[in-house]
Amino acid sequence: MLVIKNLKAKVEGKDILKGIELEINKGEVHAIMGPNGSGKSTLANVLAGNEGYEVTSGEIWFEGKNLLDMAPEDRAREGVFLAFQYPIEIPGVSNATFLKTAINEIRKYHNQQELTPKEFLDLIKEKSKVLGMDDSLVSRAVNVGFSGGEKKRNEILQLLTLNPKLALLDETDSGLDIDALKIVSSGVNVFRNQNNAVLLVTHYQRLLNYIVPDFVHVLSGGKIVKSGGKELALELEEKGYDWISSNEFEKANV
Amino acid sequence: MSDLKEKNVKSDEVSDDMKVLDDLTSSEYKWGFVTEIESETAQKGLNEEIVRFISKKKEEPEWMAEWRLKAFRYWQKMIEPHWPNVEYQPIDYQNISYYSAPKQKPKLNSLDEVDPELLKTFEKLGIPIEEQKILSGVAVDAVFDSVSVATTFKDTLKEKGIIFCSISEAIKEYPDLIKKYLGSVVPYTDNYFAALNSAVFSDGSFVFIPKGVRCPMELSTYFRINAQETGQFERTLIVAEENSYVSYLEGCTAPIRDNNQLHAAVVELVALDDAEIKYSTVQNWYPGDKEGKGGIYNFVTKRGACKGINSKISWTQVETGSAITWKYPSCILQGDNSVGEFYSVAVTNNKQQADTGTKMIHLGKNTRSTIISKGISAGKSQNSYRGLVRIGRNAEGARNFTQCDSMLMGEKCGAHTFPYIEVDNESAKVEHEATTSKVGEDQIFYLNQRGISTEDAVNMIVNGFCKEVFKELPMEFAVEAQKLLAISLEGSVG
Repeated sequence: MLVIKNLKAKVEGKDILKGIELEINKGEVHAIMGPNGSGKSTLANVLAGNEGYEVTSGEIWFEGKNLLDMAPEDRAREGVFLAFQYPIEIPGVSNATFLKTAINEIRKYHNQQELTPKEFLDLIKEKSKVLGMDDSLVSRAVNVGFSGGEKKRNEILQLLTLNPKLALLDETDSGLDIDALKIVSSGVNVFRNQNNAVLLVTHYQRLLNYIVPDFVHVLSGGKIVKSGGKELALELEEKGYDWISSNEFEKANV
Repeated sequence: MSDLKEKNVKSDEVSDDMKVLDDLTSSEYKWGFVTEIESETAQKGLNEEIVRFISKKKEEPEWMAEWRLKAFRYWQKMIEPHWPNVEYQPIDYQNISYYSAPKQKPKLNSLDEVDPELLKTFEKLGIPIEEQKILSGVAVDAVFDSVSVATTFKDTLKEKGIIFCSISEAIKEYPDLIKKYLGSVVPYTDNYFAALNSAVFSDGSFVFIPKGVRCPMELSTYFRINAQETGQFERTLIVAEENSYVSYLEGCTAPIRDNNQLHAAVVELVALDDAEIKYSTVQNWYPGDKEGKGGIYNFVTKRGACKGINSKISWTQVETGSAITWKYPSCILQGDNSVGEFYSVAVTNNKQQADTGTKMIHLGKNTRSTIISKGISAGKSQNSYRGLVRIGRNAEGARNFTQCDSMLMGEKCGAHTFPYIEVDNESAKVEHEATTSKVGEDQIFYLNQRGISTEDAVNMIVNGFCKEVFKELPMEFAVEAQKLLAISLEGSVG
């Protein structure tokens, strides 16, 4: 589904990604872990096409298409979804208007009929229930006055309603208490199936107790320095990132 | 107590990332077309003869001609004011033609008799003059250049005793009402442009709602400047007697041309005891090209007097057009418990300049006013909010709430806020809130990431920003206003 080759990227003139190699197949959940400043969020933003990040070399292929050639909205329409670390507030625009526009733009792109207001409302109600969200959140302005937990839940609500092929979760666990973490995780688990994939970026292992990954990659100094199964996350939790730094990290940066 | 603040936001750098916004500001005026119609135009220049010529053309009584002449003589002694935060080439008042009337058959019994060219223009503008639209309940007094050519629904209104006609007709038919109210809120001595308007106004609307009558439909006037180099001087007077209600809509659009056009209208509203007037404007005069060439100068005096107790006047405006907009729809809250409201969206793009806001003059006890102003600046435009809240000595318990938000699109535009607050009564409560924000790249990216194009994203963000004002507009007008905003900020973003 997703193939990343030798990806290098800059932020504000500074090299952040220094040659990422990664392949994700349908039905897989990959976790990217790493210390602060290692480039985790940069990777998620580059995949989504954030223009604040400059790709200097490398390739990204998504479902056989060159992702780097596409505008952010087209990547979204093709099925790349980014759950933001810091969801943005849009004053005066209701969640409902926003989500309905998003769904219908994506449907139009695939030559599907737009949803009727009734179909849309039914869909939203169904998905809100999964996340235990109050109906009133839908009529409120996008993320305005939402608590940290509500914002993250709102991201997952969008994930469930837009139902993309690839979900990029950027530090979705940050700022969540344990109850909210469980709800958000269960939302992601409802999303998971054999035809889609998840790339989750996290600093801590605890999210992986609830969303169990198939693969764990350690990102350090702009490169993936170690990959393994879910047990790698536990090992990291136990030994800390220093353990990687003193071994693989040195080797990778030679 | 007095408070004077200024807040400027300005920046000159353009980053590559803002290119999108730059593109957005490159839109051309969509409704630029000129109707070819024979006009009868007065020779250029202004003197007593021209004033008399206009009065004669309008078949006015002598007292009206005298009133105009008094205004003209007063205007001659005045000096054009230059205090607003706008810049323009000096206006040569002797190089303007002050009267232009489309040639037409003297009396029209139905729309069939109206010049088909004229009707086509109305159609292009989407003016609901055709039968089906009339059935939708909008009575239209269409002003084409300077003469009213079609008025509908008059009979229905007449049954209720409502008068809705051109001001010229009112001068002839209802001289007592005109003598009583014309100039009662905006006297010709008020300001330079009001004096000029009083001398040369060519047409406009008159509305009279008698005691206890609730006007059953929205009254709507569409304005359109057409003949080359003809100044447009509209005069509107609305009187709502005791316990009456009226909602009045004013909307306009004008064709592309090269010479700057002066538009100096005067609007006067009078609300007696328990009466309510709601005045909504969607203004889309030609703003000039990308360099600001050829746009309309819109120097307007709009003022409402809440003369009666418990009366209410509400101004709602969506301003997207004109090269220069200079207007302050105001309320004089004279009657006890009277209410004044001002809801405004002002959009400037390219080299447009706007200095607009309101004045709320609290004279009566327990008077209340609300000001919600949303300024959007794009391109290289300058957008200023200027507002005065004055609480008089006897305005026991007066209250004002002002919210003044500015939004910047791109890096080369400016937003300015000039609030003036004068309070002479200790019991008054005055609140002022102001914010300035940018259409953030992070907001646009967020919407992009959900499959929404940049152009739609910007529209969505801007409409959200203006929501509090749009919800004050009548439904149909709100839709039109949103479209207008989209067109004003539209560009070549793919």
